Amino acid sequence: MLMRMAFSRPERGKVYWRLTVAEVYKLGVQSLGIVALLSLFMGAVVTLQTAANIDSGWIPKWTIGFTTRQTMILEFSSTIVCLILSGKVGSNVASEIGTMRITEQIDALDIMGVNSAGYLILPKIIAAVFIFPFLVMISMSLGITAGAAVGTSTGAISLTDFEIGLQYYFDTFDVTYTLIKTLFFAFIITSVSSYHGYYTRGGALEVGQSSTRAVVYSIILIMICNYMLTQIMLL
Amino acid sequence: MIEVRSISKSFGSNSVLREVSTVFEAGEVNFIIGRSGSGKSVLIKCIVGLIGVDQGEAFFDGRNFTSMDRADRKAILQEMGMLFQGAALFDSLTVKENVLFPLKMFGTMTKGEMTKRAEFCLDRVNLAGKGGLYPSELSGGMKKRTGIARAIAMNPRYLFVDEPNSGLDPETSIVIDNLIREITLENKMTTVVVSHDMNSVIEIGDRINFIHNGQLWWKGDKKQVLATDNRELNDFVFPSEFMKEIRENLRRAL
Repeated sequence: MLMRMAFSRPERGKVYWRLTVAEVYKLGVQSLGIVALLSLFMGAVVTLQTAANIDSGWIPKWTIGFTTRQTMILEFSSTIVCLILSGKVGSNVASEIGTMRITEQIDALDIMGVNSAGYLILPKIIAAVFIFPFLVMISMSLGITAGAAVGTSTGAISLTDFEIGLQYYFDTFDVTYTLIKTLFFAFIITSVSSYHGYYTRGGALEVGQSSTRAVVYSIILIMICNYMLTQIMLL
Repeated sequence: MIEVRSISKSFGSNSVLREVSTVFEAGEVNFIIGRSGSGKSVLIKCIVGLIGVDQGEAFFDGRNFTSMDRADRKAILQEMGMLFQGAALFDSLTVKENVLFPLKMFGTMTKGEMTKRAEFCLDRVNLAGKGGLYPSELSGGMKKRTGIARAIAMNPRYLFVDEPNSGLDPETSIVIDNLIREITLENKMTTVVVSHDMNSVIEIGDRINFIHNGQLWWKGDKKQVLATDNRELNDFVFPSEFMKEIRENLRRAL
């Protein structure tokens, strides 16, 4: 029912458009730092771990580049980054809307005749669904670049071998698959967090509880969704 | 004019309002008074539709607001203004943006007209020049005045005020009270104020509705409040021995 209200026709398109742009900045651009940092280190660590665990001379060196690519594209940049974003963005959304609820700001919107659910939730969902795929693509690029940089600088693999691994059996559908997953995860994070924020009752303690619930439920739903989409799309 | 007919509301087994019926006249400041937890805030929220009623109806100049669908309600909601207990200003917007908000969402004015209207409203509540401040930079009284400016931005026919003086010093309370009264008279609005501040009631109240145990226990004007023999109302208005003494003196004077 909340989603039906959120997706009903906006009162003033221009106002909603401005809000959506602001949310793109808040939910997306302001998350760039943490996404970049994690991706750089994960790409580097995956490369080093793979290099350290390849003892056999039968396994070619380019496997390191291949493994880094597959790990970053298939799981880390979509699922793990979205799990992290569910903590950062989810708690932010739930606490923002929850605080507006307990300070009667949502009542103020309702009494003006504004569809509060639409005004508060729709721009966040649109913004996240739009910007998260870009964050995921940046994460993939940075992770793989960091892997290549660390692999070559430590002497674990030559750049040529790493490039061979990156190109080996590359299927563009893997990128499509991960971006589709990201769209679902972006929707889950913003809608679940908005729901918990919107129905907050009480005071500061309850806002904190809503925020925690939003993150926990988002994580659970992301994991279930990840499993289902993987089964549907890859098998 | 707002007419309330037999409004009842329960939360689980707790019956908060029981068959409350009353009339709030236009161009007057109508008070709903009562002890904390008596149901007065629930009543105002039931009237404006923030809380659904179990039974009963609210009529706005003959229009049955309670039974309307969402789309029809919207038209009446745009004729309402409300000042919340904590002012409920939007934290992320400046004072001026708060006042501009309803105009931008529903107004048919040009950008220049909207700015002019917002400046007029801020000037009306003595906040001219403070439009660039954020709610976190305002004092309690300034927040309330901003809330009033936002509530009157759309030139409403109905003004609802929930505990206008809570957390304010007596001097600032009088400023807010007078502002509510002046705005009501200027715009011939139907103003409904929920309060337990008897100073406000005596200062600006035209009609008084006393809610006790979820029921409309007593109604009348401010002179009648001072003269009534209703025990529950007297206990509320004159709770201490000192106040009872004042009541006796007032009665002798009346």
